[in-house]
Amino acid sequence: MTAFKNFMAFLYDFVVGDDWRMSVAVILGLVATGFAVRSGLNPWWLLPLFVAAGLGISLRRVVRKNGES
Amino acid sequence: MNAGAWGLLLSSFLASAVETVEAFTIVLAVGITRGWKSTMLGVGAALGMLAVLVALLGPGLAVIPIDVLRLVVGALLLIFGLQWLRKAILRASGYKAMHDEVAIFAREAAEARERPPTDPSAFDQYAFSLSFKGVFLEGLEVVFIVLTFGAIHGNIPLAAAGAAIAVALVVIVGVAVRAPLSKVPENTLKFTVGVMLTSFGIFWGAEGAGIVWPGNDVALVGIVVATAAASIAAASTMRRERERGLAAAA
Repeated sequence: MTAFKNFMAFLYDFVVGDDWRMSVAVILGLVATGFAVRSGLNPWWLLPLFVAAGLGISLRRVVRKNGES
Repeated sequence: MNAGAWGLLLSSFLASAVETVEAFTIVLAVGITRGWKSTMLGVGAALGMLAVLVALLGPGLAVIPIDVLRLVVGALLLIFGLQWLRKAILRASGYKAMHDEVAIFAREAAEARERPPTDPSAFDQYAFSLSFKGVFLEGLEVVFIVLTFGAIHGNIPLAAAGAAIAVALVVIVGVAVRAPLSKVPENTLKFTVGVMLTSFGIFWGAEGAGIVWPGNDVALVGIVVATAAASIAAASTMRRERERGLAAAA
């Protein structure tokens, strides 16, 4: 059980890393892009927008936390 | 060799160089303090396990339809690349301590010394586990990058060659100097790799979701430039903000 827990913790760290918000932004960006393509659009800018927002929010949180401490 | 192939070679080379430097520091600290026999057994076991992983996963990736591969690999590369980029931006702006191989070496060596010594001819479980873990975990990131980049380009051997050159180079230099490779600009390398992984992830992920990029493959150059510019701008803005905060607190 400990080995399984360790493996899951490793997997989480490997895939999700320090901030899950960035992973969520990537998945939402891909899903939104997929839906837009199915509707006949070609929004190539949508995924970069989600990525920039995810990274920006994550970095902003670090700056804020640092300012509070 | 075309631009894509050079990008593939360079990405796997840089990522592997960074990870090898980190693994080398751990192995060196354990080997010097606990003896080389069990340490090298750990390195060998980790490399063997990584080779098995490549042999198992490599051919499997080749049979996945390219659009599915682009979507899944793009998403994973993007998530993975963003982690590297985030850390590199935080380090460049002063919000996170720089990766210091000398400090890591000292910490690992001190921890290894605190453990009870074993007979030099006997098997040292501690040295084995530590070197195995260090090499396997750092190597896993390299395997991930080599397999995903290689599979998308349909050229895993070229990606593996980039990784092999980096590992050989770091090991040769490391053995020659017999010290942690503290002069390798790890943050700059991580920044570069983070930009490349994120850019390739955006390009392939969006293509996998059905997007047709304006200018097709040329768009990748634009994405790399935009990602690098935005990251550098973020790091310098955050650095200025941090310095202003420190000045105000003083």
